[in-house]
Amino acid sequence: MNKIKVPGKNNKHKVLIYAISTCAWCKMTKKFLSDNSVEYECVDVDLSSDEDHEKIRQDIESKGAPPSYPTIIVDGKTVITGFRKDLIKKALEI
Amino acid sequence: MTLDKVRQRAESDAKTYGYYLNPDADFLRDLLEGLKKNEERYGYPSCPCRVASGKLELDRDIICPCDYRDPDVAEFGTCYCALYIRKDVLEGKTPIAPVPERRPQEKQVRAYAVAPEVGVEKPPEAAKAVSPEPSQVKKRLWYCRQCGYVVYREDPPYVCPICKAKREMFAEIVVSASASG
Repeated sequence: MNKIKVPGKNNKHKVLIYAISTCAWCKMTKKFLSDNSVEYECVDVDLSSDEDHEKIRQDIESKGAPPSYPTIIVDGKTVITGFRKDLIKKALEI
Repeated sequence: MTLDKVRQRAESDAKTYGYYLNPDADFLRDLLEGLKKNEERYGYPSCPCRVASGKLELDRDIICPCDYRDPDVAEFGTCYCALYIRKDVLEGKTPIAPVPERRPQEKQVRAYAVAPEVGVEKPPEAAKAVSPEPSQVKKRLWYCRQCGYVVYREDPPYVCPICKAKREMFAEIVVSASASG
């Protein structure tokens, strides 16, 4: 799976975003993390292989969330669906 | 397809049905760019915020304006992407917030499962314990009492796309079938 690592000073938490390259909400989420110097990894689902699509969907659903994007996974367990600034801030303690 | 054409198409569609486009110029441009990109890579402008399969028969419901726009705007004030918005949202009376996915799970799964032999070992029930569900609204027949335009959807449009009469001019068509004889 093609994960893009975006470096940042704040690497207290392990942050993974599943996004869609054409989605404005996903773009906003990435920008919000970068603006807050948060280090994160990102996978653009629409640019991944069909096989990876399925793996991503299963990963999200195994955590009890719907396959809707952006999905932000913090430390492998906290799942946030959509650009919910308050929830992201809380999970990342920013 | 130029970005201007994509913009004009969205503007014209919004005007026809009494919606507005997102007033945030950068956000709007991102969405329109996304529609343009999808049209280039799939051959049709599928929703920029959803995963498309690239197969028309599986993606038909998410071609913008998608099948879920009208009930989403009615319930949340914006469509799933927040491309189309309601008047009170434009006026700042209702905030723009993420809209939960209304597209039925089975349609999403079908789009993902285009790759052969995947998702077989997982029981479909495992995927059910999710998110707040948008309300399920039944489609009905409506007619414009001013011009006679007939539409089949959850609620009548905000304006009649033909004669521009307001929503209040729409009435439901109640079809009764008798089973006598």
